[in-house]
Amino acid sequence: MSGLLQYAYLGVLAFILVTTLPLELYLGVRVWRRPRRLALTVLPVVVVFTVWDLYAISRDHWFFDPEQTTGVLLFGVLPLEELLFFIVVPIAGVMTLEAVSVVRRWPAVQETT
Amino acid sequence: MTYPQLAVLGVVVVVLLDLVVLRVGLLRRALFWTAYAIMAFFQLLTNGWLTGREIVTYNPETTLTSGQVVLLGDWRIAYAPVEDIMFGFAMIVLTVDLWVVWGRRGIDLEPYADGPWQRRRDARAAQAAQRARNARP
Repeated sequence: MSGLLQYAYLGVLAFILVTTLPLELYLGVRVWRRPRRLALTVLPVVVVFTVWDLYAISRDHWFFDPEQTTGVLLFGVLPLEELLFFIVVPIAGVMTLEAVSVVRRWPAVQETT
Repeated sequence: MTYPQLAVLGVVVVVLLDLVVLRVGLLRRALFWTAYAIMAFFQLLTNGWLTGREIVTYNPETTLTSGQVVLLGDWRIAYAPVEDIMFGFAMIVLTVDLWVVWGRRGIDLEPYADGPWQRRRDARAAQAAQRARNARP
């Protein structure tokens, strides 16, 4: 396990962070700049989907290639990349929603729902 | 439970959350579906990388796929099992619903989105309005 190969998964997460950054800087979605709301949004997602992931691994639904991950395992089985995935992807998701909201002038939080 | 069972359960749970429990109703709005179309495209791209390279491998006994990694077919889209689409959908709906719920409660509702792109758009609109005023006799 050496070289770039072990970053094959981590690289995907970096790609997502980099490609969504212009939404914050240029479109001005202000997702990174609303950290309290972002944390309250992401934390439950991390918990729910980490539990799902751990269950899936325990029931042999899927497994990860040790050659293409950094090798840092949480709870002895879960690659660190998976936990980061459940943080990075929801952030990108909120940014996408807010980006559409900005461009189309459709408020994410409506006055009456 | 198997992966397809869990994936369907996940979709059902978030649909009920959105429409009935939290009453956010994003699933009824063009805002969500437009954003979801963009996200689904990038999911196919990134998940295709993760599954096509076999960074993650699925057990044919607990997923719908037979175990061969193919671009399309055998319950796979862009190399990834169709269950992943439902997994991702559940994750995204839960995420954006929570974002709206906290916003509704006034937690970091502001600052609203603002950036160079909007300032340029607003400036263009102001110029157009000015020109319209000047054009009047």
